[in-house]
Amino acid sequence: MQLTGAEILIKIFLEQGVDCVFGYPGGSVLNIYDELYKAQDKITHITTCHEQGAAHAADGYARVTGRPGVVIATSGPGATNLVTGIANAYLDSVPMVAITGNVARALIGRDSFQEVDITGITMPITKHNYMVKDVSCLADTLRGAFKLAISSRPGPVLVDIPKDIQSAHVEYEPKPEIQRTNSLKADEKSLKTALELIANSKRPYIYAGGGVVNSDASKELIALADILDCPIGTSMMGLSAVNNDHPRHLGMTGMHGRYAASKVLSMSDLIIAVGTRFSDRATGNKQAYQLGRKVLHIDIDPAEIGKNIVADCSLIGDVKYILTQLMEAGVSRTPSDWALQVEKVRQAPDNHLEMDKDTLNPQTAIEAVNVRLLPEEVIATDVGQHQLWTAQYYRFRRPRTFITSGGLGTMGYGFGAAIGACIGRGKKRTVLFTSDGSFHMNMNEMATAVSNNLPITVVVLNNQALGMVRQWQTLFYEKRYSNTSLNRKTDFARLADAFGAKGFNASDLNSMNQALDEAFQIEGPTLIDVCIGCDVKVLPMIPPGGTIDDIILKG
Amino acid sequence: MEDKFTLSILVNNEAGVLTRVSSLFGRRGYNIDSLSVGETEDPSLARMTILSRGDIATRDQIIKQLQKLVDVKVVQLMEPDNTVIRELMLIKVNAELATRAQIHQVVDVFRAKVVNLSTTNMTIEITGEKSKLDAFVSNLVPYGILELCRTGITAIGRNSDILNNIESEEK
Repeated sequence: MQLTGAEILIKIFLEQGVDCVFGYPGGSVLNIYDELYKAQDKITHITTCHEQGAAHAADGYARVTGRPGVVIATSGPGATNLVTGIANAYLDSVPMVAITGNVARALIGRDSFQEVDITGITMPITKHNYMVKDVSCLADTLRGAFKLAISSRPGPVLVDIPKDIQSAHVEYEPKPEIQRTNSLKADEKSLKTALELIANSKRPYIYAGGGVVNSDASKELIALADILDCPIGTSMMGLSAVNNDHPRHLGMTGMHGRYAASKVLSMSDLIIAVGTRFSDRATGNKQAYQLGRKVLHIDIDPAEIGKNIVADCSLIGDVKYILTQLMEAGVSRTPSDWALQVEKVRQAPDNHLEMDKDTLNPQTAIEAVNVRLLPEEVIATDVGQHQLWTAQYYRFRRPRTFITSGGLGTMGYGFGAAIGACIGRGKKRTVLFTSDGSFHMNMNEMATAVSNNLPITVVVLNNQALGMVRQWQTLFYEKRYSNTSLNRKTDFARLADAFGAKGFNASDLNSMNQALDEAFQIEGPTLIDVCIGCDVKVLPMIPPGGTIDDIILKG
Repeated sequence: MEDKFTLSILVNNEAGVLTRVSSLFGRRGYNIDSLSVGETEDPSLARMTILSRGDIATRDQIIKQLQKLVDVKVVQLMEPDNTVIRELMLIKVNAELATRAQIHQVVDVFRAKVVNLSTTNMTIEITGEKSKLDAFVSNLVPYGILELCRTGITAIGRNSDILNNIESEEK
């Protein structure tokens, strides 16, 4: 069957089970959009206001579904606008296929109109990228891109398709959808060493990362913790891997983690790290992190072993399989009073930092949402104080319900991501926690949410400042508030109304509860502007490069 | 402890592969002391030889990060005792009538080869390990070196492990 390049792209989307793509049309992708028009009964295209929003939407879609998110952009500025979104997906190991158009082959390399070397630009932030220079390679290149995006450690892949390739004809042969095949198991020798390491441990600590979510290994993780009678701490990416109400879950470790999660880790004699890359935000001082304890590192990416933390033993493979392997091999530890020690720290007053329950503040605002949402409903965030407060106070109960920019820390990530997540969950209610700083970056996507009548409630924790930077200026720069006090007069509620959404103001707990009740009755997008003080800090805080002994609990 | 080490890398012989490899070194802060690349007997594959340095942890990271690149088929750490390492150098040196015979002597001792001769200068080709080439250069310095270019080292294992036969991991 002779098809054009653009037709083949649609065929491959269908082959790979893609029924929703995000993007923005333009000159170099006209042929693709023409085919999307013809295929609109099979593939939904969500047009965002900016390509960055589309990339974040594809990212959010992928995080909630576990399937690759697809984003399409035109050449030149369309392609460069994807860059932050692709980098964000790369840092958080999110499967994504980005399709960019490019100028026709004859125009490449001549600084043609809207020409940019997007494969060159995205080389360090993709698992791999391709420029298709021969239409007969297009189908297999695209299949390869989908396979690569989901296999092993997931990540973004970009395929750049010149305009004349989109219109060129070639024979097309259908092939079945590529499945994720990660049955990779740990080798027997390392497994034996790992079992010995655990057997000799009296105080093991399971540290879970985003790999547990990617591998769908929550059940196995908890089963291992039960066998070893040990606590679980998580990275931010791993926060939703374990029900936050689970008795073994101590919360997030690291810079803004829970006191007990970091304290207990510092008392452990073995860290069993599962699907994590030991980000500096999670470890703090690396020497202290390792001193006096062993590390068993389980990950699918061999290059993560020894990159940030030296492992005494490593198991390479899909964490779900490896955890099962460990349990089948009869994993056990040395008996001790570890559980008692852990419980003591958990009950310590330092582990129960609460904000005032009777006033409107970040914690009560988040809690007001928490009590109204079902366990499977999704929370997205932007980046900054509100993100950490969400991580600290929201009780995530199911994997893939916390959509946040962990590695890259992308302000402006949230709205696009919430749109993608909402669509990925079949247009179910989704809440975005954001702030006045982050929201100003990509609030244009409110228009996208309105066009598609998405039930997204945006909760703006508005402190009239760039709060996280301000907090650092308070603590480490003697209160020199350089460019973080924003003299902006944006009325977010009226802005939401102007976009065609519904805006609310919350100035106290009463109006917050009322606004939420009303907002959740509305089918389309809503926004609540929540007034909070500019000097509320994210606490506890372990300063960068510090240890649990440096923890700031009050301030 | 910083040590020098040699890596042989089999890669797809395609446009942009050299950039992917060198930019990986650049962005992760790894050193390249020497890099050479050329097509193999199989035109779809090229072989790179990279001389780098770093402690063992860095070395292991370099190997593992290289293995993650889709275009990289095999990465082999070459054992110094079991590897033939060569580099080719072309060197153009002042060679007036008076000094020509002396230079010829140096060329003979080092088993180099004169590949071009003009009335005032001589171009010499020499292959060998880095230390030999360095010694050759210092012997020619007194005559006045006009131009010098080196290919960077290339390396091949002495034993029967054939790089092309090492099974590449599924990416």
